Amino acid sequence: MIKKKQKKWNNIGYLYILPWILGFLIFQLYPLGASLYYSFTEYSITNTPTFVGLKNYTTIFTEDPLFYISLGNTMKYVFMSLPMKILAALIVAVILNQKLKGINFYRTIYYIPSIFGGSVAIAILWRFLFMSGGLVNQMLNGLGISSVPWLSDPQFSLFTLSLLSVWQFGSSMVLFLAALKQVPEDLYEAALIDGAGRIHMFFKITLPMITSVLFFNILMQLVNAFQDFTGAFVITNGGPLNSTYLYALKLYDEAFKYFKIGYASALSWILFIIILIFTAVFFRFSEAATYYEDGGEF
Amino acid sequence: MNKKGRKQTVAIITHVVMISIGVVMLYPLIWMLFSSFKTNVEIFGSTALLPAKPVWDSFIKGWKGIGGVTYTQFYSNTFKMVIPTVLFTVLSCSLVAYGFARFRFRGKKILFMLMISTLMLPNSVLIIPRYILYNKLEWLNSYLPFSMPALFACYPFFIYMMVQFFRGIPVALDEAAKIDGCNTFQLYWRILIPLMKPALFSAAIFQFIWTWNDFFNSLIYINSVSKFPIVLALRMSLDATAAANWNQVLAMSVLSLLPGTILFFSAQKYFVEGVSAGSVKG
Repeated sequence: MIKKKQKKWNNIGYLYILPWILGFLIFQLYPLGASLYYSFTEYSITNTPTFVGLKNYTTIFTEDPLFYISLGNTMKYVFMSLPMKILAALIVAVILNQKLKGINFYRTIYYIPSIFGGSVAIAILWRFLFMSGGLVNQMLNGLGISSVPWLSDPQFSLFTLSLLSVWQFGSSMVLFLAALKQVPEDLYEAALIDGAGRIHMFFKITLPMITSVLFFNILMQLVNAFQDFTGAFVITNGGPLNSTYLYALKLYDEAFKYFKIGYASALSWILFIIILIFTAVFFRFSEAATYYEDGGEF
Repeated sequence: MNKKGRKQTVAIITHVVMISIGVVMLYPLIWMLFSSFKTNVEIFGSTALLPAKPVWDSFIKGWKGIGGVTYTQFYSNTFKMVIPTVLFTVLSCSLVAYGFARFRFRGKKILFMLMISTLMLPNSVLIIPRYILYNKLEWLNSYLPFSMPALFACYPFFIYMMVQFFRGIPVALDEAAKIDGCNTFQLYWRILIPLMKPALFSAAIFQFIWTWNDFFNSLIYINSVSKFPIVLALRMSLDATAAANWNQVLAMSVLSLLPGTILFFSAQKYFVEGVSAGSVKG
């Protein structure tokens, strides 16, 4: 009797997660399937999709130089901004964790750019700061250094956009800081007694203890960086000479400027698969390296 | 030098370094604030932080907006977009989190894993079919593409965060409530929700700021100027003014960040708590 009642109580759980189940089906699973289907069709909203097999994919790989340009730019962008960002977040978190006074104050300050970083207002600010006569160049000139074409030279433009991303290291930093606080103090004390140096302790104790957060940070930032749009769109609009034409811009142009829905869907699936491969490789790698205190049980 | 003195020196050096980093990081924002009070000539003419002679007309002229639509309209549009989205998010995500955290039903583990894995689902692959779907439902150029996914708990990050928080609340409380004759909803609404306040606040604040600043989705789903949220208005003003009225663009940019800034500083502790809660245990 009691067992039955308990079971009934537990089954009500389905009712509570129902909104998510519906949301998952309507706004995630259906779109995922639909875009896969569209990717094999020729479709431009006004007409009905007509099945064309792999044509979109072969066109992308064989006849679309902008695909390779945007993919290359995105790779460069990801591998330029991500290590800098993660490293900055980790270093600052480690310093803040040294029982520094005013840690809350610093944490707040460093976190602010992360909150607004993705906004148009900040993109506009970045454009103003790095314009040829902008504040950054004015300051460089003041120091006797000649102006740098931050946004107008293809050599620098992608780097300038990466700086905007690195500037927002705060959110990763907060996560690192929370993880660092969980590292048991006695581990360090034991190491000190053994005469270990600080750098040695960092690599032998701190880093292994926070790997799960490190991987979480890298993964989330990776997925986001592959899809970054606002900066490249507002600050440089893909230019100069397509040097900041990121994959997300390519996707946007094909889908919402030319309304080549089928073609754009194929592009989105290629990106999705690239992200999946990165994630999978990463998981394999992180599983081997992660240390779980509780054995990783859920 | 003795040990204590050396420790102090290290601390001072660390503070100096940390403050310097802080200044470099915040300087652009401070520059933006002060520059919105400068004349256009001064913005790019001098490196001085403070305006030589503060002007206000950048705000007054900037507020007039574009094509007869003022920032009063853009602001109210943004609120119309953000408020329902935030409310729905908090309501639906907390219900779903409650379901995951407090009930044991078949398939829960798989469903939970599925939910977590959607965290990794890139928005780029969903946006095109969603656009087609919303077009068919005649939701384009309205704020439904923002509020409806929120109503159906399409924010796994918040669900996960709230599940973690629910787990921190002792189950003994549930048992006591059950004995007192509470049904599942009463338990959720009367007992657990009041204890969940920090998590709910932090989800609300995050969602407020994210939706407020959501440029990509706004760009795709909203196409008439009279319905533009602030982010689209800003971007348009940047195109429209091309060269001349930098201070107006900056002034409106500053104003666009104001609600988020106020929220951030008045509810700081929820922010950090929220970000930390989500990941540490995982």
